Amino acid sequence: MNKEIILKVDDLVVAFHMYQKGFRKGNLEVIHALSLDIRKGEILAVVGSSGSGKSLLAGAVLNLLPGNARVQGSITYKGEPLDAGKCKRYLGTEIAFIPQSVDYLDPLMRVEKQVIGVRGTPKRQKEVFRRYQLSDEAGKMYPFQLSGGMARRVLISSAVMEHPDLIIADEPTPGLNVEMAMETLNHFRELADSGTSVLMITHDIDLAFHVADRIAVFYAGTIVETAPTADFLAGKDALRHPYSRAFIDALPQNGFMPLPGSQPYAGNLPEGCLFADRCECCDEACKGEIAMRTVRNGKVRCVHAT
Amino acid sequence: MTGRNCFISGFVRMILLLIAVSMVAFILITKAPIDPLVSYIGTNSTLSAEAKEEIADYWGLNDPLPKRFLTWASHALQGDLGTSITYKKPVAFVIRSRFACSFALMLLAWTLSGILGFVSGILCGLFQGSIFDRAMRVFCLAVKSAPTFWLGLLVLTVFAVQLGWFPIGMAAPVGKLASDVTLADRLYHLALPVFTLTIVSMSEAVLYTRQKLIEIMNSDFILYAKARGENRYQLVKRHVLRNIALPVITIQFASFSELFGGMALAENVFSYPGIGTATTAAALNADVPLLLGIALCSALFVFAGNLIANILYGVFDPRIREGGDYV
Repeated sequence: MNKEIILKVDDLVVAFHMYQKGFRKGNLEVIHALSLDIRKGEILAVVGSSGSGKSLLAGAVLNLLPGNARVQGSITYKGEPLDAGKCKRYLGTEIAFIPQSVDYLDPLMRVEKQVIGVRGTPKRQKEVFRRYQLSDEAGKMYPFQLSGGMARRVLISSAVMEHPDLIIADEPTPGLNVEMAMETLNHFRELADSGTSVLMITHDIDLAFHVADRIAVFYAGTIVETAPTADFLAGKDALRHPYSRAFIDALPQNGFMPLPGSQPYAGNLPEGCLFADRCECCDEACKGEIAMRTVRNGKVRCVHAT
Repeated sequence: MTGRNCFISGFVRMILLLIAVSMVAFILITKAPIDPLVSYIGTNSTLSAEAKEEIADYWGLNDPLPKRFLTWASHALQGDLGTSITYKKPVAFVIRSRFACSFALMLLAWTLSGILGFVSGILCGLFQGSIFDRAMRVFCLAVKSAPTFWLGLLVLTVFAVQLGWFPIGMAAPVGKLASDVTLADRLYHLALPVFTLTIVSMSEAVLYTRQKLIEIMNSDFILYAKARGENRYQLVKRHVLRNIALPVITIQFASFSELFGGMALAENVFSYPGIGTATTAAALNADVPLLLGIALCSALFVFAGNLIANILYGVFDPRIREGGDYV
């Protein structure tokens, strides 16, 4: 794992300036001190429960958050800070985004024209369609006419049109059956093996197990642990953060053991460790600022991790 | 639904609508304090009571309501809408000639308000919060809240009376032979009514287009298009225009009823000899046949607008056009 780092996110904070209770304006911080990095040809899966703000991570990296969002921290792409100007240059060329669903396609435009976009050529589109087993007829369809699997392949086709170096996929497998989800993920694996880095944001940890090189666990707006997939497969003892362990316990194949309590809401976060109120080994040390530290080839945000 | 089914169901609905409108109009008029006999012979006629009774019998005024309606309807079906008391001409002829004048007025105002409204709505939406956007919104809301006739009077005072740029009314210069009236004369006389009606109908198009544009600019597919590197100009050209044109065109066709109402008021202010002034005259003179004829005509007109809107939706939106084959 000494390949070039493609994307590096350090201490990312995303807050929304919005009205709270009537006319009082306030900042709602939804992502805090989030750090991750992706190397060349690697798939990093960011897993976390629904509604925990994972998708905002993609928005922040792509500089596509709504106007009332404030982003702090550093995002570097191939060693250079990824600012608004660079984003404009790289989006659609070196950096590709794969959205959640076919709703992200223009309902009134034929698929092939959208896949070509503003930068592609019809020739390349035909080539990509052949690769992903999409017929010419599929290109002539409108988005609403696509089946779930076809829509997936269309979105992947759009992403690979310009041979990107980094693909950010936001929930790439919802509503697909297992075979189709696996097929999608295998496409990601192929892309990664040919040198493209993939940041995959998902709530489906089982699928992440199959293809990801590393898995980052997202909790209450930050990443609490990043570890090689092998550690997750090895069972809870190989993991570092109590939440990741609870995560493993809660999987159907591991006894379906739920963890009491729920994630803290973005507007009402505890001081110190965000997981403290649900953690059995919580003590005085957990009240302070918890830094990300490296433990056994993985990164964890917990003072007790060993 | 295929095109032919759509057409047939539209036609059936139109027939039902016309029947309903004519019945309601007929009942309303018979219940109104209007005596067709008095309005025909005048209030200070010297006819004897027996003679009056005879005419009423001859006209069928003493028949029960359903029978009177059927008599009128069967004549109407044969193309005989009766004779206008006000103009002393067949109703069909009056409506045709009046409608021609009004049609020019409405067509111009409708097209202008549509184009201007669409363009300024897009500019407002794209530059949301700019001075142009704010000024335009205030203007639209003000115009929308002001009564049409008052606006007409205002326009008349400023442009015709104070500035003297335009004639004060009518469709052609006074004292000129009908055969000598040129197209330029007609347009010159149309200018102020068209202007008034345009700004009245425009505000809706502006506000609607603006709202729709903002809605679409915040939609998922625009986000995705941005993620694929499209700049603002490309976004508008490739996605936004197509996606807002359809609802805006629909609204524009569906606004025929307001256009019709606005036109009636504008025509009265500018003494423009169209269907609007004819309606007022018919109502003031208790001209029952003409009122009924106009009611039917305007219902047909508004219905046509809605029908066109429906058909256009089917033509332009692939989800409706091709929906049947796939979903």
